[in-house]
Amino acid sequence: MREYFGNIFTALSTIFVGMKITFKHMFVPAVTIQYPEVKPELPERERNRLYVNIDDCIGCDQCSRACPVSCISIETTKAIPGEDLGKTSNGKKKALWVTNFTIDFAKCCYCQLCVFPCPTECIYMTDVYEFAEYKRENLLYDFVNLTHDERQQKRDNLAKFNAEKEAEKLKAASEPKPEIKKDQPEEK
Amino acid sequence: MMYDFFVDLFGSSTLAGIISGLIQAFLPLFTFILPFALFAVWLERKVSAHMQDRLGPMRVGWHGWKQTIADILKLIQKEDIVAKDNDKLLFNIAPVLTFAGSYAAFAAIPFSGYFIGTELDLGVFYIVAVTGLVVAGILMAGWASNNKYSLLGSMRSVAQIVSYEIPTMLVLLSLVMISGTMSLHTLSEMQTGYIWNWFILGGPGFTLSKFLLIPLMFTGFLIIYISTLAEVNRTPFDIPEAESELVSGYHTEYSGMKFAMFFLAEYANMFAVSAIVAAVFFGGYQSPFGYLGNLVGAEWLIPVEQFFWFTAKGLFFVFVQMWLRWTLPRLRVDQLMTTSWKYLIPIAFVNLILIGLITLL
Repeated sequence: MREYFGNIFTALSTIFVGMKITFKHMFVPAVTIQYPEVKPELPERERNRLYVNIDDCIGCDQCSRACPVSCISIETTKAIPGEDLGKTSNGKKKALWVTNFTIDFAKCCYCQLCVFPCPTECIYMTDVYEFAEYKRENLLYDFVNLTHDERQQKRDNLAKFNAEKEAEKLKAASEPKPEIKKDQPEEK
Repeated sequence: MMYDFFVDLFGSSTLAGIISGLIQAFLPLFTFILPFALFAVWLERKVSAHMQDRLGPMRVGWHGWKQTIADILKLIQKEDIVAKDNDKLLFNIAPVLTFAGSYAAFAAIPFSGYFIGTELDLGVFYIVAVTGLVVAGILMAGWASNNKYSLLGSMRSVAQIVSYEIPTMLVLLSLVMISGTMSLHTLSEMQTGYIWNWFILGGPGFTLSKFLLIPLMFTGFLIIYISTLAEVNRTPFDIPEAESELVSGYHTEYSGMKFAMFFLAEYANMFAVSAIVAAVFFGGYQSPFGYLGNLVGAEWLIPVEQFFWFTAKGLFFVFVQMWLRWTLPRLRVDQLMTTSWKYLIPIAFVNLILIGLITLL
């Protein structure tokens, strides 16, 4: 008998305890983040989409070699003598035309290994993470700011220059001459 | 009034009777049950979300109030799937029957002193009897689905509703003993005046029996609230549609509009039982303190106020049902039966006898 009424008392009192707790939670601010309108604050060293500041790029190819999934492909064309490419923001002289700089974000694993070797700090992680695409080709980002005609022109210029040099060399082979100095852009 | 209008229009009393009857039958559906069900579903989602520190629907309309309208539009458009091995006839009748059962209960619910579908002398009895149809509909749905989980769910549901009908009836009977009437309108009229005239506080008058009745009335209220909760298959008594065990019980096989009918019936039932509790214990449509209409001398305001108080009380108990849903875990089948047969029914019996003795005073 005692147990019977004890059960009733326990049942009712615990129900009221539970109801009190759930009622309190009605007024606790929701933890939900209304995503597209409100975005969660990202951690300071969050790794997301890469960005290449092509004006600072010297085409050294170190990021491409550091990439574990080979998603960066760089093609450079030597500048012919007389062309001035300007300097990077930290004072390095540019000697190569970067005629192709693409990053395939479908492959990128966001490891940030490409960021550290860059001598001019022109490749870095941004806080952009919303860049989904319907087609995989659209994830192939081209960072070069030359038009395709301009790139071709740079390649043609170099080919022409090399051909002229080759012809000169052939001419020089017939009569002995001092060695031709090699282009060494990295030393500067 | 409407009948006379149609008699004038068609010159045939049979046709007028059919048309006015149809309109009167559909009016509460589209003016109250459907909007209420939509609102209740929205409320349920919001209440559950906020109790779990979430936000719930937020996109469609202000705080997602249009979400349930969008949902019902989707349900109407959906394909109506009838599986090959279903019992076609029973499968199609079941949702209609379930809905009709809960919908018919609204006929006798006193929304205000001036608007009652039909003023039955046996209102309480009628409501209890007609909601019995819901059981038949649920069993039919489970059986005709030809699905073991549906059948299990509907059998559990029937066992549950049949057991919990008894304490409900016993408590209603004790109320009938005090008031001497089964008419919900008369019951509500008896509780007029102020809050201390409500049956939860012993009913009208200031005699010794009123004060003796108060604890018994609270017991009766708890019993009827628990048992009606079980009758409408709400948590913690939701074993007939236990999602984690039985997919969703008897309406697993239903889709589209037929599912919507079960859904609507469930929410209509929630309000119906809350309305009965409010009508017999909490003064029905009576205001807890006088009417504003009497104060400013505007007679027409009183029915509006009464409607407001009735829906407010009903909605409050619907809210408590939701509140309990997010507080208590589901009962096991044996616990469910224990609650009914070992606790609610004996206590309701003792309550009935004590109330009978007190009313003899």
